[in-house]
Amino acid sequence: MSAAANADRSVRRPVSIASFAQSDNVRRENERNEVEMLQPVVAEVFANIGIDKDDIHFICSGSTDYLIGGPFSFVTALDAVGVWPPRAESHVEMDGAWALYEAWVLLQEGEIDTALVYSFGRSSPGNLQEILALQLDPYYLAPLWPDPVSLAALQARALLDAGKATEEDFAAIASRSRKDALGNPKAQVSNDISTEALMKDDYVVSPLRRHALPPITDGAAAIVLAAGDKAREWSDNPVWITGFDHRIETHSLGARDLTSSPSTAKAGEVAGVADGAVDVAELHAPYAHQEIILKEALGLGDGVRINPSGGALAANPMMSAGLIRIGEAAARIAAGEAGRAVAHATSGPCLQQNLVCVLEGGE
Amino acid sequence: MAGETTTEELGPVTTLATPIRLDFEFTPGIALSGFLRGLEQGKFIGQRCPKCGKVYVPSRGSCPTDGVPTTEEVELGNAGTVTTYCVVNVPFAGQSIEIPYICAQVLLDKANISFMGLIQEIPTDEIRMGMRVEAVWVDPSELTPTLASVKYFRPNGEPDADYDTYKEYL
Repeated sequence: MSAAANADRSVRRPVSIASFAQSDNVRRENERNEVEMLQPVVAEVFANIGIDKDDIHFICSGSTDYLIGGPFSFVTALDAVGVWPPRAESHVEMDGAWALYEAWVLLQEGEIDTALVYSFGRSSPGNLQEILALQLDPYYLAPLWPDPVSLAALQARALLDAGKATEEDFAAIASRSRKDALGNPKAQVSNDISTEALMKDDYVVSPLRRHALPPITDGAAAIVLAAGDKAREWSDNPVWITGFDHRIETHSLGARDLTSSPSTAKAGEVAGVADGAVDVAELHAPYAHQEIILKEALGLGDGVRINPSGGALAANPMMSAGLIRIGEAAARIAAGEAGRAVAHATSGPCLQQNLVCVLEGGE
Repeated sequence: MAGETTTEELGPVTTLATPIRLDFEFTPGIALSGFLRGLEQGKFIGQRCPKCGKVYVPSRGSCPTDGVPTTEEVELGNAGTVTTYCVVNVPFAGQSIEIPYICAQVLLDKANISFMGLIQEIPTDEIRMGMRVEAVWVDPSELTPTLASVKYFRPNGEPDADYDTYKEYL
């Protein structure tokens, strides 16, 4: 990419992650509907900084109706926010991280100063393995109903055969993630089990054992973005977005080198990951082996703390897990545990689409 | 034989059937469960917003105006007002009611949102805005937690409602 093209995507206006909230992440939310699940999260993300819906200039959400088989669930979800007087609102059929990107772009234009971004998803009402097969090419791939675990296993096998990782590496990532999740009250899977013990798990789809797979999760998350004076008004130490980009690769798995992620590398380059030291990275790696691919694509060394929240192996709420990575990375900076952090979100099979957000504390 | 025909001779494929079926478990949620359980008992249950005081029936658990939880349940009566209507004359697949029939928005008394109902026991040319109607329920032995528990609405004989009482709900 030319320098000029990079410049087009540079940050024109600093935007801060002013507030973050997420629901408990659970295997099955079978009492509350989407609105009832989302409403307390939105209330919390406002209460964190003492604002209400009237302080919000723009709303953007990420969700997919396929999860519950309910048409226009993204419209009814607005009941959780309350949209009177009428609001400027938008929605993406993607993880909330992409909704956050849309809101960020709008904030770059300078006409508005605040935005609410939220996402929600209940994977439990349907068969997630079948539902995710429908995001594939509808003529040649989807009719075969390849489930996401099998597709991830193809990628893991390619990684092993390329000599880039071992099955013990997968188990070590799962062991570390679950252990870190012990410190995350919102996590779904957390425990202290050694790599050696995890290696005794059965294969689900070889070479992926149970621990290398994400849990199936119901959950919701929300972030408030603020620019200009609002960012400083709502926080004494704002966490700023200093780089942001997202990229996509071909839908044809056969045309890709599954052992690498050029889209993540390009997004990381444009977002300026390498422009400074990275203290913490929250990587959306639903399958353990994908962390290895992402780490390489982003050029993250061994000194970088990866997924202190436990990551997607500890909780993987569809449509929210990416947005949560941004919220968790910002929380580490806000807590003074990191000065500069990288957040990543993915969507599609085998890391098909990737988003990279660089966050920094300070002025 | 097929092997002797070239793909070119066979021409382009114009149709490709790839059947898709997904099954879901429905979670109505706490508020909607209250409404559905009410139907099972032959009554309409709504919820009131603690902020604006509006009563939604059915409620989805959050006030769409204020975005706050609606936790107070309100039992509504059987009577309501037709706010607007249409007369369906078009047959379509799966139609279970004989045409022509009246489809109306009914604002139950004390509710602040109307919902769709079938109007029966009246010639279609006599339906009008403001008409007072009442719900006719199925036999108690046939009540279920679905809207099928309401057979239809019919005129209840009261004078038409004043336009000002329902003009906000059109």
